[in-house]
Amino acid sequence: MNRAAAFRAERLRRRYAAERRFRWIGFGAVAFSALVLAFLLVSMTSAGVDGFRRAEARFELDLAAAALPVDAARLAQPDPLAGLEGAGLPAVVDDGARTALGPDGAAQIDSAAWREVGEAIVADPTLLQRHIEVDVPVTGTLASGLRGDGSPVMRALAQRLKDEGKLRWAFDAGFLSRSDATDPQAAGIWAALKGSMLTMLVTLVLAFPTGVLAAVYLEEYAPRNRWTDWIEISINNLAAVPSIIFGLLGLAVFLAIFPNYRSAPLIGGMTLALMTMPVIVISARNAIKAVPPSIRDGALAIGASRVQVVFHHILPLALPGILTGTIIGMARALGETAPLLMIGMRAFIAAPPTGISAPATVLPVQIFLWSDEVDRGFVEKTSAAIIVLLLFMLAMNGLAIYLRNRFERRW
Amino acid sequence: MPSVTLILLALGLGLAGWLAARSRAWAFQRAPQTRLHSLPGYHGWYVALWAAVPALLFAAVWQVIAPQLVLGRMLSDPAAAALPPFGMQRDTMIAQAMAVARGEAFGVFDKAAAPLVEPARQAMQLYGGIGLAVTLLLGVAGGAFAYSRLNPAFTARTRVERAVMAILLVASLVAIVTTFGIVVSLLFETIRFFGMVSPLDFLFGTHWSPDPMSAAEQGDKFGAIPLFWGTIVIGAVIAMLVAIPLGLMSAIYLTQYASATTRKWMKPLLEILAGVPTVVYGYFAALTVAPAVRDFGQAIGIASASSESALAAGLVMGVMIIPFVSSMADDSIAAVPQAMRDGSLAMGATTSETIRRVLIPAALPGIVAGVMLAVSRAIGETMIVVMAAGAAARLTANPFESMTTVTFQIVAMLTGEGSFDHPATLSAFALGMVLFIVTLALNFVALRVVKRYREAYE
Repeated sequence: MNRAAAFRAERLRRRYAAERRFRWIGFGAVAFSALVLAFLLVSMTSAGVDGFRRAEARFELDLAAAALPVDAARLAQPDPLAGLEGAGLPAVVDDGARTALGPDGAAQIDSAAWREVGEAIVADPTLLQRHIEVDVPVTGTLASGLRGDGSPVMRALAQRLKDEGKLRWAFDAGFLSRSDATDPQAAGIWAALKGSMLTMLVTLVLAFPTGVLAAVYLEEYAPRNRWTDWIEISINNLAAVPSIIFGLLGLAVFLAIFPNYRSAPLIGGMTLALMTMPVIVISARNAIKAVPPSIRDGALAIGASRVQVVFHHILPLALPGILTGTIIGMARALGETAPLLMIGMRAFIAAPPTGISAPATVLPVQIFLWSDEVDRGFVEKTSAAIIVLLLFMLAMNGLAIYLRNRFERRW
Repeated sequence: MPSVTLILLALGLGLAGWLAARSRAWAFQRAPQTRLHSLPGYHGWYVALWAAVPALLFAAVWQVIAPQLVLGRMLSDPAAAALPPFGMQRDTMIAQAMAVARGEAFGVFDKAAAPLVEPARQAMQLYGGIGLAVTLLLGVAGGAFAYSRLNPAFTARTRVERAVMAILLVASLVAIVTTFGIVVSLLFETIRFFGMVSPLDFLFGTHWSPDPMSAAEQGDKFGAIPLFWGTIVIGAVIAMLVAIPLGLMSAIYLTQYASATTRKWMKPLLEILAGVPTVVYGYFAALTVAPAVRDFGQAIGIASASSESALAAGLVMGVMIIPFVSSMADDSIAAVPQAMRDGSLAMGATTSETIRRVLIPAALPGIVAGVMLAVSRAIGETMIVVMAAGAAARLTANPFESMTTVTFQIVAMLTGEGSFDHPATLSAFALGMVLFIVTLALNFVALRVVKRYREAYE
């Protein structure tokens, strides 16, 4: 009898142990995902923060003594930098760098450095009568010397200038306003960011109306027949087709119709719109389905037509749900890379696109292109660009969650 | 951009028609003893549709055909006779002349293109003028026709609603057209490819080394088996070994054990993990995971461990798929009737026993379908393998070596400088066709399973 009880107690103990083990495995699985996400964010942030800084040389410039032959009236005209260039500002900056940093140091000043001095002068013409101190970017070679890798000559030069207090890392907000460049010191993401925005605009304009209208049709009006079945099957399958296939479609169809718009946001947006539309349709159908039938019956009973029922009553009530799905679909499109590689949005774009038909690149593709660079400076830039992209994604997802919690009604 | 002008013109005509028709309808209503059949707004919409829709359709078609017409007219000019008959130089010169004529560039680089500028400008003016005139004419004529039909008894609402229904139908047909477009474009290029390379060599050959630059016949270099092997090892084996246990256990923990607060924080966290762009995962795989995997491989004595390995790409892909598997498993566990769970617990089973012996077997069809969808997603994933898996097509069972996948080769074949008629470029479409068919089959079966299984409990 005692042995049986002991046996039972032992078995119970083992069952409870298994229960606890199982629970811990489950917790471990969730914790693993959380840890991976945390690790991803922390490693990207720690590497990316360095992408928002650049190596700058600091030296003094006696603009009063240089007496540039340029007056305030010329600076007020369009393209004042050309005026300053004609007046000899680049040579003045170069001389100043030579005096302060020595010839080897001056050779490593970025060739566009005088532009930053020029912009400061345009913003405040009184600088021309003063003795000023300037911070200008240096070349990528010297920057890698300062970072501690790169050639021994550069490392020695960087060490000397750093000890003299003439070379240092400085926060660089220009990363957000400049465009791609071959030198990591001068590279920025504005062109890619603008390209992304234009592409997203095209995608939204095409995919949102089409998706919502298709959802309305399928949910409210479509007769049960073979055509409707085909539409539903294709929407469900399109939602699961790999994105790269849409790239092939864009390449074979859109670029064949519009050969002049290779790598333009227009084509990229059209391709992504086809990819995003099924996502919008599916979420919009769910949102429309969630509106209770009593609303439809009520509106019909007081004489509204079937179109009026939908456009005056159902759609406004379903809108928060539709918007949530749209934002999530757009966030996915924003991070999409592969289909845009297919249609040629991988060119080196050094100026922001002027419109939806101009050649452009997008943020994820820019990240991909930079990730191929060997220069250590581009590793930091890549991580910094990833931070910007992730911030956009988080903002969009956060907005979607907020909309869902704030406006979605439970019936 | 001239097409923007045309679109704005059409929309402007529509707006004018809307305002005019609406005020006319109001005027009807002010007369004594009249009752409008439709509200004035519907009269407005009726005229606006007639004014804008034909003009917009024309603008869309014109956008496509006008460049060809301009080109044809320019080439018929005597100055075009001096162009080289074909090739890169001819295209460049035409493009330069067009850019100058459009006012986008200030001068031509190639002096020989200069005489073309004037004919190009004339052709653009001519066809620009024709486009504008026809749009205007269509808009005004359509608007006037519709406007002339307005009267108090006019059934504007029914007609507008019929048009709305037509627009809705067209919107939902876009999905079918897209599917059709994918199938046709893939099929067309695939057939061209199979005209150059035998389908048997392609599907069953074991040697893959196309050279987009070489003009030689290279039918024996298009054996895609190594690509299929790499795709399966990375996407269907390694990634699933990570994603299925972790995703399933996450779903179980979150639905059965976690407190409401934990759930509230953990679900959005998984959603964020699902929302991270694949290029970020790819960078993470290439920069952090791949070197770690290589060092680990060398530490356990695998000398061939390379810095681009199937294991690194598969592991990161698995992490990417976790949220997807988790949410599919979540749905199918939630669909198991509460009575089954209660019954098991009432018999004295612990929670874990209930989960393992009752919930999971009952939810199994749904979970299997979810895994199939996850596999279809993993084998179509591109950026992670492009950045971390490598280009070497080899048949090996060693996950520490680099392998290549179908998606990697599609990108590699289409982003080079190869010509569109070369079998290497066309092979990308054949690979795309295989990928499309496989993912389609997986999705189709999975959706069938889910549907049938849902019906079983409802």
